[in-house]
Amino acid sequence: MNIIVCIKQVPDTQDIRINPETNTLMREGVQSIVNPFDMYAIEEALRIKEKLGGKITVLSMGPKQAEDALREAISMGADEMVLMSDRAFAGSDTWATSYTLAKGIQKLGKFDLIICGKQAIDGDTAQVGPGIAATLDIPQVTYVKKTEEIKEGIARFERMTEEGYEVIETPLPCLITVVKEINIPRLPSLKGKIKAKQAPVVILTAKDIDADPEKLGLKGSPTVVRKIFTPPKRTGGQILQGDTNESVNKLVEALKDVVISSGKT
Amino acid sequence: MAEQNNSQECSIRILTDKCTGCTLCVKTCPFGAITMRDKKAVIDFGKCTLCGACVATCEFKAIELTVCKVQPKADLSAYKGVWVFAEQKKGAIQSVVYELLGKGRELANDLGVELSCILIGDGAERKAQELFWRGADNVYLVEDPKLKNYMDEPYTNVIVELVKEFKPEILLYGATSIGRSLASRVAVKLYTGLTADCTGLAIDKEKKLLLQTRPAFGGNIMATILCENYRPQMSTVRHKVFKEAVVDKAKTGRIIKKSYSGNLYDSRTKLLEIKEEESATVNLTEANIIVSGGRGLGKPENFKIIEELAKVLGGAVGASRSAVDAEWIPYSHQVGQTGKTVCPKLYIACGISGQIQHLAGMSSSDIIVAINKDPNAPIFSMATYGIVGDLNEVVPVLTQKFKEVLKK
Repeated sequence: MNIIVCIKQVPDTQDIRINPETNTLMREGVQSIVNPFDMYAIEEALRIKEKLGGKITVLSMGPKQAEDALREAISMGADEMVLMSDRAFAGSDTWATSYTLAKGIQKLGKFDLIICGKQAIDGDTAQVGPGIAATLDIPQVTYVKKTEEIKEGIARFERMTEEGYEVIETPLPCLITVVKEINIPRLPSLKGKIKAKQAPVVILTAKDIDADPEKLGLKGSPTVVRKIFTPPKRTGGQILQGDTNESVNKLVEALKDVVISSGKT
Repeated sequence: MAEQNNSQECSIRILTDKCTGCTLCVKTCPFGAITMRDKKAVIDFGKCTLCGACVATCEFKAIELTVCKVQPKADLSAYKGVWVFAEQKKGAIQSVVYELLGKGRELANDLGVELSCILIGDGAERKAQELFWRGADNVYLVEDPKLKNYMDEPYTNVIVELVKEFKPEILLYGATSIGRSLASRVAVKLYTGLTADCTGLAIDKEKKLLLQTRPAFGGNIMATILCENYRPQMSTVRHKVFKEAVVDKAKTGRIIKKSYSGNLYDSRTKLLEIKEEESATVNLTEANIIVSGGRGLGKPENFKIIEELAKVLGGAVGASRSAVDAEWIPYSHQVGQTGKTVCPKLYIACGISGQIQHLAGMSSSDIIVAINKDPNAPIFSMATYGIVGDLNEVVPVLTQKFKEVLKK
């Protein structure tokens, strides 16, 4: 099994605070982490490899410092890492990102399975996984919560839906995106950490991937950001005073109408 | 140095003669890519994504973003009309479709064009009437036994063909597990833009463009996104963001039936089974009322009191991540950044402190109620109503009072 895991380095939202005066993001001291959903993708790849053997390559597109995220994946047990980094990739929307990653994957050669987290926590689009699959013209299974079986070029996954889940069978190669429920990511081992320090990173630039330059970066992106603004701050309302009975009575009075009307629709 | 950037076609640079060193751009940059050096702004191109937020904020016009002009790939004026993907499951139109039709009607009126739906399935024709009642002028209907249930590939193929033939300028989808997977594939195949989870859609009347506004960074910033040179302009929208179109049973419309030959309906993936979980998954994203429990419950048995309140109110049960991680309740109930994003009319948070990851998943609820014994819990800073107290005492009383009021 040749498995490729696509990961993204994101700011740790736990660290993000809003400056109450200017209502803007305060980024001082914000750590970069591996996108939490991608940790499940790495773990799932490791579990599949443990069963079936093979090789895991982690792939990321981003600035030089995204290498840290790749090294974290190596410390957990991934075999190789590739960083796609080039000024020409700057300003990519999800279309151009999907295209660039797909081109990088083609460069890596034959693969059986691509695993992505269901979405990244900074953009929250969930579009790049299916975008890569569509660019490569391979089948996809999104929101995977369980790998049931992979055997003889066929895989069976459980796909989470709003009502429950679906069991989907797909030929390989294919792409899956995974949700949190699928596993609990392991911690890096000491041996892994040492390996991660020494492991070489392959850098791919725009020139290396036989891409159409018109489809890269801001230029290749159909969507553009016109403006960014901070939403009006939601302010706290009232704390209902009194003993339990009094405060609950006030609350029921305040909510009665909305509860009754919600019940009707 | 910013000046070195001139060789790139798309570029951004600081005009150092105009920069006053006010640091406004440093604070605005969502990517932390601007720092001050010698009282002038300097952009770190390793971090800059060319988003342009700094350009808009600079009061001295000291930042210049050169966006390489992309020639429209096709005659954009040939694209007309607003379309909505009418997602159906087991033949039932999903409620988010009616919400999209509500907003879609406004957009179509602003543009002076028709509003249409794409309806794909098997035996779905009888559902077209419901779409007309909700304001659709046309329904593009594609039916085949192979299209009965949603599958990524055939549904993508059908939509791509319809768009190529009928050329809508706008195409909206629900941000559901189906809509998000489908729209992403369609966008790649058509080479057009797709904006996820829009919370605001409007028409720039001068340019006739769709203004797509969405939250990023867990709702801490909002971005307005355009798709100027590609068509259709596509967006996904979550449940409950827009108001449903009202039913008008006098309305009718036109059905345009299409069928395709060849292998267009073939799918490499096979749907073997559909499993529905019981009431447990009362679809959180569709619920009008959600009662959520967190660590403050103390022990898993106490979720009973949350469930009882939810039952009396006719709502769904949510949970914070820590309650899910403690295995008190399944992951399908988790609200927040790594769980579900919801925007019900009423969200009651019991024993939830309100970490930013949880707030990201529910902060757009109409009314937020917080019940927590810690008066300093962050959840109170955004709650419409708060009660400081032990939830094990407060919630059962609340349930009882509502029972009386609602005569249950």
